[in-house]
Amino acid sequence: MERPLTEHIKNDGTALTLKEYEAVGGYQGLRAALKMTPADVMNTVKDSKLRGRGGAGFPTGLKWSFVPMGDDAPQPKYLVANGDEMEPGTFKDRLLIEGNPHQLIEGMIISAYAIGASMSYIFLRWAYHEAAQRVLVALDEAYKAGYLGENILGSGFSLDMDLHTSVGRYICGEETALLNALEGKRANPRNKPPFPQVSGLFGKPTIVNNVETYCNVPHILAKGAQWYIGLSKSEGGGGTKLYGASGRVKNPAIWELPLGTTLREIIEVHAGGMQDGYKLRGVLPGGASTDFLTPDHFDIKMDFEEVAKAGSRMGTGTVIVLDDKTCPVGMCLNLEQFFAQESCGWCTPCREGLPWTAKILLALEEGRGKPEDIDHLTFQTHYNAPGNTFCALAPGAMEPLQSALKYFREDFDEHIHNHTCKYRH
Amino acid sequence: MAKVIIDNVEYEVPDGKNMLEVCLSLGMDLTYFCWHPAMHSVGACRQCAVIQYRDENDTRGKIVMSCMLDANDGTRISLKDQRGAEFRAGNIEALMINHPHDCPVCDEGGECHLQDMTVMSGHNYRRYRFNKRTHVNQDLGPFIYHEMNRCIQCYRCVRFYNDYAGGKDFGVFASSGRVYFGRSESGTLENEFSGNLVEICPTGVFTDKTLRKHYTRKWDLTSAPSICHQCSVGCNTLASERYGGLRRILSRYNGDVNGYFLCDRGRFGYEYVNDEKRLTKAAQKATADTDAFTTVKNLVASGTKMIGIGSPRASLESNFMLKQLVGEENFYQGIPRHEAQLTETAFNLLRTVGVKTPSLKEVESYDTVFILGEDVTNTAPMIALGLRQAAKNLPREEAYKLRIQKWNDAAIREVVQERTGPFYLATPCSTKLDEIATSKYYGDTDSLLSLSDKIIAAIAGRQGGNDEAWSFAGEVAQALKASKHPLIVSGTGMMSREILLAAAGIARALKAGGSDVGLTFAVPEVNSMGLALIGGKYWDEAVEYVAANKDVTAIVMETNPVYRFGAKQAESFLKNCGKVVMLDSLENESTEYADFVLPAGTFAESTGTVINNEGRAQRFYQVFAPKNEMKSSWAWLDMMAHNSEKWRHFDDIVEDMIAHYPILEKIRDLAPTADSRVGTQKIPRATHRFSGRTAMNANVSVHEPKPPVDEDTPLSYTMEGYHGKAPSKAIPYFWSPGWNSLQSINKYQIEVGGPLHGGNPGIRLIEPDGAEGGDFNASGNGRNAGKTFEVLPAHHIFGGDELSAKSAPLATRIPDTAVSVSTTALEKAGMAGADRLQINYNGDNLSFKIKIDNSLPDNVLMLPKGFNGTQGMLFPFFTDISKEGE
Repeated sequence: MERPLTEHIKNDGTALTLKEYEAVGGYQGLRAALKMTPADVMNTVKDSKLRGRGGAGFPTGLKWSFVPMGDDAPQPKYLVANGDEMEPGTFKDRLLIEGNPHQLIEGMIISAYAIGASMSYIFLRWAYHEAAQRVLVALDEAYKAGYLGENILGSGFSLDMDLHTSVGRYICGEETALLNALEGKRANPRNKPPFPQVSGLFGKPTIVNNVETYCNVPHILAKGAQWYIGLSKSEGGGGTKLYGASGRVKNPAIWELPLGTTLREIIEVHAGGMQDGYKLRGVLPGGASTDFLTPDHFDIKMDFEEVAKAGSRMGTGTVIVLDDKTCPVGMCLNLEQFFAQESCGWCTPCREGLPWTAKILLALEEGRGKPEDIDHLTFQTHYNAPGNTFCALAPGAMEPLQSALKYFREDFDEHIHNHTCKYRH
Repeated sequence: MAKVIIDNVEYEVPDGKNMLEVCLSLGMDLTYFCWHPAMHSVGACRQCAVIQYRDENDTRGKIVMSCMLDANDGTRISLKDQRGAEFRAGNIEALMINHPHDCPVCDEGGECHLQDMTVMSGHNYRRYRFNKRTHVNQDLGPFIYHEMNRCIQCYRCVRFYNDYAGGKDFGVFASSGRVYFGRSESGTLENEFSGNLVEICPTGVFTDKTLRKHYTRKWDLTSAPSICHQCSVGCNTLASERYGGLRRILSRYNGDVNGYFLCDRGRFGYEYVNDEKRLTKAAQKATADTDAFTTVKNLVASGTKMIGIGSPRASLESNFMLKQLVGEENFYQGIPRHEAQLTETAFNLLRTVGVKTPSLKEVESYDTVFILGEDVTNTAPMIALGLRQAAKNLPREEAYKLRIQKWNDAAIREVVQERTGPFYLATPCSTKLDEIATSKYYGDTDSLLSLSDKIIAAIAGRQGGNDEAWSFAGEVAQALKASKHPLIVSGTGMMSREILLAAAGIARALKAGGSDVGLTFAVPEVNSMGLALIGGKYWDEAVEYVAANKDVTAIVMETNPVYRFGAKQAESFLKNCGKVVMLDSLENESTEYADFVLPAGTFAESTGTVINNEGRAQRFYQVFAPKNEMKSSWAWLDMMAHNSEKWRHFDDIVEDMIAHYPILEKIRDLAPTADSRVGTQKIPRATHRFSGRTAMNANVSVHEPKPPVDEDTPLSYTMEGYHGKAPSKAIPYFWSPGWNSLQSINKYQIEVGGPLHGGNPGIRLIEPDGAEGGDFNASGNGRNAGKTFEVLPAHHIFGGDELSAKSAPLATRIPDTAVSVSTTALEKAGMAGADRLQINYNGDNLSFKIKIDNSLPDNVLMLPKGFNGTQGMLFPFFTDISKEGE
């Protein structure tokens, strides 16, 4: 089983240096790409069926193709790596950045070449201090080696890259809010259209991709689209995927597995099953903003299509496990308090609806719940549905709640009728 | 045109609109908060949600925000669909969870957009049972009261204050349910347009602090359409009264002039109307004459030698009647020759340059701007607000190229970023508009004139030297020539006729090259243009006349000679007169010298016509019938002229005036005549909900007095009359069923943000007449008579106008009188570090506090015009400087 993204990441917790990265084939993808036309690079990525790893799974090559090309295209164009990994339960980008920063940088250079960007930013979560240090060292190395700056490797292509550490708001991970934050403005999302490919950072054409997405690009260019498709077990996309599991499993961790590995394999084989004395009640398959799945769904493939069919989203592919000794209402409360706090305050349903939701859940947990609260929580899940809100934060926030109401309804009812939470000791 | 389908009915609508605009323009009721017709869509509040269907077979549809939905051919939505209605009601419920239940004690109550929208949405039952979030309020200065707990986070305030008006000291803080709109700390809002927050805010977060001092509900106000009297722009206002006091000023929408907005001088500068120094009855000095006016009439009838002193702050009718009373040759404009000639020059140039003078609204449409000499932010603030919008026009084109619709405000701003221009300024020193300037040039009058010559030369393709002036001139000329739609802005602010001519010369040069150029002049006062039209001799001549002739009776109307001409000159004039009859509204330094005073109405107690800086005649209506002798000056004068107990009807005066001034022919259509009716009814100044009428005066008498009758206008003083929509030329208040706030303006417009049904009021009198003539080469050299400094007038929005400066809230914003000078100029004079300096004016040594302004050229000083210590000064003048006492 090939693990192109993580196979070279060292076990001692240090990052690959430039020399080490080059020794294992680093920057070969870039060299290959620079010999191609930007259009060919874009087509290769399109052919590879690489899909965005940030959660939405949009085909990467297609996204790039909306960037205006040619001499009359607006300049400068920008390329941004979204490393604002603040989705609860998600820690895959951290591994990639800390373990092998050059892989990200190389992926970004190739991608920038494909869309003709001349400036690029790594937008990093504020808490990733170690990652920030390693990126700075790697950028320095890359500049000195001629992979960044003027006339990269004599190709005539020039690119600058800079690190921007966020101030630590979840909404900064929303690509348009990220752009506002990068411009020094409030991190409110923007309406689409216009899409960032047309009017992005500073109103110029911009591509924002997830860190993991970029990390795939060097390998696609080095080994070809067909090889990349072959890595996957999924019909819908190519490559491997970083899956993770957290919660009361025996071996919480991150693994690079073929895209389309089943949920059962991830939980039972890689995570080693539940800790002794705990039973699994459900999982959030792709971070906090995805719907619960139950053991009934364990044989589905963890890819964009099958998880959606099961009523959830693959999201970031990092599974959060709910066991039988943890209160599902309490888990929802924890999540909704997080989302309520992280609402940017721009649109009404999110700004007002999420704190209200969290207050009801707190009331339930504290034994102050009322029978009509269930109806109201259900109302909130509809009120904050996609399209009703300005961005995806609130609909995402509603996903664990709406599915918890579906699968764990009896827990909610018990909280209300017994005026207490039975999971408390 | 596009065909859209709303609830299965097809409508033809203009291209480039969003569906919210379309629905509102079609007269439908749809709830909204964050959208504003002048600031367009951002999609934040989610209140205008509707159901959109793909086509006629789509029965499910989806919720979309109508403000963010293009009105394209085939766009199909429903307002009636229950799911949309439920969403809108639910959204209101969410907005209301933290909103205080303080409507009965909230200043906004009764004209609150949030109240209207709540009722419209159908939300009425509160399910939220938790604590409300609370905020600490800030002291935002003398104009605006802040009550953040009421905020529903529509973001309109910050979008107006920062993005539209260029404010810097306001913002949005925190996130989630804690979002806070205010300053980083308590303090006076600095922007000149802060008062618009009162109208922009859909609820009671920002309310009018001056109204709060004498609060009255909207429905209890008696209001009339008025014209702001605080500068030459003539913004349309709604002035409102109760219990004989003026309570507040609001913007009265006029799509050709001020649109939705006003400046703070116009909005908050009205308190002089309520001043305790108001003259209330005709009086004779040092007598207990109970019938002073009869004495005045007898004096007039006796055939005494009379002269009249007119005023640029009095209406056309009043100036006309004064001129009629005293005779053509005895009428003097109440301004010095130098100042009068400035306005006359501006007036004539509007006709003879052959270049269009845009309306204030049209100012916003130009793409390249050159300002010569004028500090419009302070002399005509609303022009500055218009120019701020114009400065974004060319950068916006980039967004349109990306097929971003004009209504998509946030997306456009994203493309535009901070880019402005081309926008050029050539002024004596830095002004507030510098911050949006592409490039700027500072100089004394002569350098600005010489610069103008260079610009004209460069427009004609001639090259000059390599100095700063030539390179600036080249840049400006190139930008102006490249523009499809350039605008030249100047005015009387520098008190230089040559500057006006130079600006006209630049416009003419562009016009000669086929450019669609516009030319805008700011002039000093509300009716400066009207006074120029009426014409008359100058103040200086009046001074000479009374010095040479004994026993002249001077009728001094709505002008305060001490303020305008300085104590020395005013005193000698007034003392030389045989008798002085002073017609004014406030007791002042000059009324001391009057033998008779007649209480003139301010704009609030008068009806009249004024002409603004673009030559637009506009009518203002008396707001209320005062319970004393105050009346329009023209009414006093008419009674004097005809030795009558009653004045002729206003319409007769207007007809009389038209007969004398054919150019005024068109003002016959300016407003409905006094005998016109809507159906059979007058237009009521009071709303149909007006309360307390039988109780208001019960402490005096339980008998309800007969309501006063307005014989001069088609408006009634009470609630009696037609309660449908008033004709656009005489709208006393905006109201429509279900729309109690100012947002009801939507219902008065042909399309939202567009002209009013029945046309925007006001009639332009001056258009280029094709007779292009005149020499615009304007160079004035060697005027400095060997003196080092040219002293130019600095203008200040607060304090630069006599009457508004007497309004308490404004008075607190007036800076101290100080002379502006650069550090290097001080150093050259050997006065580095001095905090006062002395100048020589007309032989007097005057000492002023120093205010350092290093943008000033080393040979220019600036003194605030019309301030304590500078009243009556004739600018510009030349001086040397010295230390105090030397």
